[in-house]
Amino acid sequence: MNFTLKIWRQKGPDEKGRFVTYEAHDVGSGMSFLEMLDSVNQGLVTKGEEPVAFEQDCREGICGSCSLVINGIPHGPDRGISTCQLYMRRFYDGAVITVEPWRARAFPIIKDLVVDRRALDRIMQAGGYISVNTGGAVDGNVLLIGKDQAEAAMDAASCIGCGACVAACKNASAMLFVAAKVSHLAILPQGKPERTPRVRAMLEAMDREGFGSCGNQYECEAVCPKSISVRFIANLNREYVRAGVVESGLPAEPESPHAESA
Amino acid sequence: MMTLDPKIPAGPLETKWDRHRFSEKLVSPNNKRNITVIVVGTGLAGASAASTLGQLGYQVACFCFQDSPRRAHSIAAQGGINAAKNYQDDGDSVTRLFYDTIKGGDFRSREANVYRLAQVSAHIIDQCVALGVPFAREYGGQLANRSFGGVQVSRTFYCRGQTGQQLLLGAYSALCWQIERGQVTMHPRTEMLDLIVVDGQARGIVVRDLVTGRVGIHTAHAVVLATGGYSNVYYLSTNASGSNVTATFRAWKQGAAFANPCFMQIHPTAIPPGDEHQAKLTLMSESLRNDGRLWVPKMAADHRLPGDIPAEERDYFLERRYPRFGNLAPRDIASRAVKTVCDEGHGVGPGGQGVYLDFADVIERQGQDVVLERYGNLFDMYNRITGEDAYHVPMRIYPAPHYTMGGLWVDYNLMSTIPGLFVIGEANFADHGANRLGASSLMQGLADGYFILPYTIGHYLATAKLSPVGEDHKESRAALQRVTGRISRLLNAKGRRTAASFHREVGKLLWDHCGMSRNKAGLELALRSIPALREEFWSGEAFNQELEYAGRVADYLEFAELLCHDALHREESCGAHFREEHQTADGEPKRDDTCFAHVAAWEYRENALPILHKESLVFEFVQPTMRSYQ
Repeated sequence: MNFTLKIWRQKGPDEKGRFVTYEAHDVGSGMSFLEMLDSVNQGLVTKGEEPVAFEQDCREGICGSCSLVINGIPHGPDRGISTCQLYMRRFYDGAVITVEPWRARAFPIIKDLVVDRRALDRIMQAGGYISVNTGGAVDGNVLLIGKDQAEAAMDAASCIGCGACVAACKNASAMLFVAAKVSHLAILPQGKPERTPRVRAMLEAMDREGFGSCGNQYECEAVCPKSISVRFIANLNREYVRAGVVESGLPAEPESPHAESA
Repeated sequence: MMTLDPKIPAGPLETKWDRHRFSEKLVSPNNKRNITVIVVGTGLAGASAASTLGQLGYQVACFCFQDSPRRAHSIAAQGGINAAKNYQDDGDSVTRLFYDTIKGGDFRSREANVYRLAQVSAHIIDQCVALGVPFAREYGGQLANRSFGGVQVSRTFYCRGQTGQQLLLGAYSALCWQIERGQVTMHPRTEMLDLIVVDGQARGIVVRDLVTGRVGIHTAHAVVLATGGYSNVYYLSTNASGSNVTATFRAWKQGAAFANPCFMQIHPTAIPPGDEHQAKLTLMSESLRNDGRLWVPKMAADHRLPGDIPAEERDYFLERRYPRFGNLAPRDIASRAVKTVCDEGHGVGPGGQGVYLDFADVIERQGQDVVLERYGNLFDMYNRITGEDAYHVPMRIYPAPHYTMGGLWVDYNLMSTIPGLFVIGEANFADHGANRLGASSLMQGLADGYFILPYTIGHYLATAKLSPVGEDHKESRAALQRVTGRISRLLNAKGRRTAASFHREVGKLLWDHCGMSRNKAGLELALRSIPALREEFWSGEAFNQELEYAGRVADYLEFAELLCHDALHREESCGAHFREEHQTADGEPKRDDTCFAHVAAWEYRENALPILHKESLVFEFVQPTMRSYQ
């Protein structure tokens, strides 16, 4: 197969970027999208040109490194996968394919298709954890967690932190990312003691980093490689409202904490 | 002269660790804030160690080459984590986990280390639950278990097929807390390129910022390497493409012994390699062997479609050779059997590198719905990668390098032969012997990072005499010079070959001669070929636009030789190491406990062959027996 690639090239954060056209020849239909880019790069290297910088590592859809907007869609045309899980048989022979980086104010471009996603780490540092010391944890079965509850927490926790949700959103909002983490910990009894400060701190960090607000258009869910549901955004909003109520001095926990975790 | 003192505490096995912990000196709380520890790598071992050291009050500088610590390759582990909880009341115990691990490693690991691993395994689960890891649960709310890797109890805890991800995100969240508290300073996109040794003690590292290209020095009171394994020396492996040997290899060159490099786990069920552009091998879960049957055509070079080959013309080779275990034979045994039939010309698919993994029988017996429910996501993944529908056509699989049992030599305290250099997780050699059992790598990484290193490093810091060392120390400058000299040599090369082509070539050489089975002639051939390849690389034939990759490939070109030396010296077959000269008449491995019940620890020498040191393995509590699966 042969393809024409229009790839975003940008030397550095403050440089002006532009699309450059490359031809990819003799591409096997069984090659992954990233292997196709590898071979384009090998060609550039042997010609003495600078290879196209892009992120990748595990190449099995779990590390969250790869981050390409392909024909306008983060992670390409298929649902529920990341870029590294996309194969060339998905495209027509002779197709023209545009490749761009994630575009968001909070994700400055480092080079070509590589962006700086440390803003997501800083949101996590603001409160995406349970502050528990190593050692002295009680037996894992002391906390009984219903199967449904554990599954719901796992649905949220499966986020790979790639940032496609931000790239897909016209407001460049990180709501789905924050919602996934807040919900994962708020659903579990271990996360309850800190749930009020956590949701506030993480949302404040999100605003501080320059992410936009949610426009309820659900593009984030559509491109999420783990198909994380926007229901978690509704849950995040509930957590946030609840935090406000708690802070205003009304009773903190109307229900017994035991009833909730059962 | 290098000496190997494993520092194993005397006395009964069950109380070694407790007594040792009590006898270890502590660092007073006020002094901890004046002590800096470097942790390189943020997988399960590194992230858990860095966060725990931060919590204890040390100043931690933590490094990873990825853009975020959450992306370290531990994230890709699928199956689960073992722990001797005995929640199923099926007869599990610390002693049984200990014994299974020692036996699974074919009696090539230390009793004291493995017993301690089994002891702390239960705490790991509790710690992870406390951090919010969403382990699978039963309807009654209790933690669920699955069985794994051929053992007879159900002791594996899991989070769907994403256990590594969830455990790593747990450790990463603990790390985030310590970063927020100011105890840990994180340096992402930063690669370690050398070790700084002052007066025989590890005191810092030289790093390169992968964005700016700047080379810099970080000094500390101790250095912890948690940099993972070296499967990528084979070019194609199940590892992430960034995983590399550079950190441990550079430490080796500064005096840390490298132990058992030839112990290399090759996983039987990966999707076979396709064309030369292929960048990695994707693992298909081992669980598929519970219901799938492995076969090849009886006739060599049979190009008929699988459906056209009648049952009597198929060789179900695992069932034939290992009737008792059949398709569930352990990883090393199954991988070798696949290689044997392919070498004899029975392999299927491109290049004859593949065997069928067929679900037709189970689909006929139980229906496609049952198979879909059990393995639906794996069949989808297979379909996405190969374009084939495994409900109707058998899957094709082939073994792939997956995990390295070998690594830097460490004593009971996880300290290498360089005082102050600690090595944890897959990067050390310690606990898995010659073969690792499934769901044990996550256990070991977190045991080292949460529960072992934080104690043992304290004793070192409390007792070692450490003079101030800064960036201007002559050893710091010397290490920096080594790095900059090397980088400029790489940048000045103006050849025609890409680094990847060298990597592919050395990987193929190793795969052919130091892979699933090895023999003297092949290893000697590899040892003759590698220096020539290296020569070509450095003589300017390489074209090194991609500097960090070229640097890693340069290290593989040296490390491959060490691997072959180790495989050549070990004149026995044990675990994943199979020497063709040492097998029974029906092709089973022959271990030699008289001559080879030792850890082979190699010392680096400049421009000369590495020196072999042996640490004898003493079995006081278990009796080594022959592993048989026939």
